[in-house]
Amino acid sequence: MGKFRIAVHITPRKGLLDPQGNAVKDALHTLGFKPVKDVHIGRYIVIETDAYDAIAAEETVTEMCRKLLANPVTEDFEIESAVHA
Amino acid sequence: MKFGIVTFPGSNCDYDAFHAVTDVLGEEATYLWHKDHDLQASDVIILPGGFSYGDYLRAGAIARFSPIMQEVAAHAKGGGPVLGICNGFQIACEAGLLPGALMRNSHLQFVSAEARIRVETADTMFTNLYERGEILRIPVAHGDGRYVAPAGVLEELEAEGRVIFKYADASGNLSADANPNGSERNIAGIISEGGNVLGMMPHPERACSPLLGSNDGVRLLESILARVAA
Repeated sequence: MGKFRIAVHITPRKGLLDPQGNAVKDALHTLGFKPVKDVHIGRYIVIETDAYDAIAAEETVTEMCRKLLANPVTEDFEIESAVHA
Repeated sequence: MKFGIVTFPGSNCDYDAFHAVTDVLGEEATYLWHKDHDLQASDVIILPGGFSYGDYLRAGAIARFSPIMQEVAAHAKGGGPVLGICNGFQIACEAGLLPGALMRNSHLQFVSAEARIRVETADTMFTNLYERGEILRIPVAHGDGRYVAPAGVLEELEAEGRVIFKYADASGNLSADANPNGSERNIAGIISEGGNVLGMMPHPERACSPLLGSNDGVRLLESILARVAA
């Protein structure tokens, strides 16, 4: 057993309208960052959990994403490798 | 007939729903606390509007795990009527009682206004006292009301007559201007496969008196009464 820290990135599914991302993109253009093509705004969640090992921790957090942290209809998630907390 | 109105931390339309059921409809209503496991023999469940759990994570995402929701899901599974209004619609989607999801309004602003919705299907538990194509004036008040679902699900909903309200203008056109939040296909309300769970963003319970601008919402409640009592 050990204590692990895992970061999760949750983003709006590609192809779905992302009004927040669009609003920020427009603001960046106004500021002069003309080459900006696309902005997506999501959520960054850090979870600390006890687990048998890093693989078990990642599996558990994947399950958390499927059940609660991400909406399967509208969002995608990516989890980073578990690190010892 | 007894209506059970669920109060989550952050619900704020539970009193409006109570008023509509008891004072306008003349039926019995009771509040159901989210931590309870007892529907108190309610015939109809209302998931009211508000901001349950402060809309943390996503609107409705946490409320779905409230203890009472297990009983609400069982009630729905057994064919019992469930009316999810605004935040209640969001909760019903998160809980899997209805397909799809409600996302941030396309214009990013909270919208509080009178909306017009067109009755798409009149042969349901919730709309049998309306005419198909009728335009209702019902207020909306939300920041996350843009209905989205995979294309296949939208097709299925339409084909099965499960989209029961769409945002429309006064002449009944499904224009973009009449759509207050950017919902796909102007969808304002849908029902479950069994027809007993309704989710809608507009607030029929706030359209129950001419004094408040409209009483077009009354027949929705009366429709439930007519169907369930029959």
